Amino acid sequence: MTPVSPSLDERFRTSAAAAGLLDAAFDVLEDTPVGSLLVGVTDRGLARISFDADPERHLDDLARLYGPRVLRSTKPVDRVRRELDEYFEGKRHAFDLELDLRVAPEFYRRVLDELAHVEYGHTTTYGALAAKAGHPQAARAVGTVMNRNPVPIVLPCHRVVGANGSLTGYGGGLDRKEWLLRLEGAIL
Amino acid sequence: MTVAVPPFERFYEAHKTEVHAFLRRRAGRQRADDLFQETFLRALRAYDRLEHGEHLRAWVLTIAGRLVIDAARADRPTSELVHDPSHVDERPAFEELAPHTDGLPPKERAAVVLRYGYDLDYDEIGAALGSNEQAARQAASAGVRRLRKEKS
Repeated sequence: MTPVSPSLDERFRTSAAAAGLLDAAFDVLEDTPVGSLLVGVTDRGLARISFDADPERHLDDLARLYGPRVLRSTKPVDRVRRELDEYFEGKRHAFDLELDLRVAPEFYRRVLDELAHVEYGHTTTYGALAAKAGHPQAARAVGTVMNRNPVPIVLPCHRVVGANGSLTGYGGGLDRKEWLLRLEGAIL
Repeated sequence: MTVAVPPFERFYEAHKTEVHAFLRRRAGRQRADDLFQETFLRALRAYDRLEHGEHLRAWVLTIAGRLVIDAARADRPTSELVHDPSHVDERPAFEELAPHTDGLPPKERAAVVLRYGYDLDYDEIGAALGSNEQAARQAASAGVRRLRKEKS
């Protein structure tokens, strides 16, 4: 059978999103400076950025969290793509994006809210972030939240380091954390 | 055990080539692209109401088949319909047919609906049901026999 032409395929994917029929749309941003990224959005905003860009690894999860109408579609992801491009070029220091964090548990959300206030080019520590979120003893739990950050880069968990200044860990691997901090001039 | 509804992306990727080929055969190259888009938009509209993921292939081909018939009806000038009764499609529409077939086993029901509701050929029905032409023919005639028996 003749395959469906890319233009027809694209046309359907665009109409499906334009008609507001999707529970979640995703696309893969190929070859960013930190590798390929999978980006997922809902009608409420950005819901997912993942360094594991294989859609098969995300389809079931997105469907379970947001609903079965999950489809790859370029258009809904355009704004996130543009802002990330600008960020990687060093031209953007803050993101202007709605986030959909509805599936994050309460504690996660509180920590992520505080994380959003850590500015470009600055770093903080797990302990300091825990204190800001109202749980000074919860540095380790904050580490877990960072590790499961649904939207890394945009919510800057790469700016959170150990009390002694070591990079400690990163869901996307330490190389990427280091690259992002260098980009921002936070480390030399 | 019911089969869970897969994420739409997986469903679409699994069936898009076959649906497009089906539409090209039935409605021609020119029409196929528009009907393709409409088929999957309709599927998407109904998708979050599906209770299980069984027979999705038959389901989407049914939607496509119905759109082909609707498109053919829309093409025909109304005056012809009035003056030439031979052009009137005597087959029952899905809405009329569906309630009578509710009691049939799933495979027979699908075969009857696809054959008499949507005018699919037996080889297409076989493909839609994941079997073959022969099995589709048997399922449809068994369904019709059962309907006759229930009616009498």
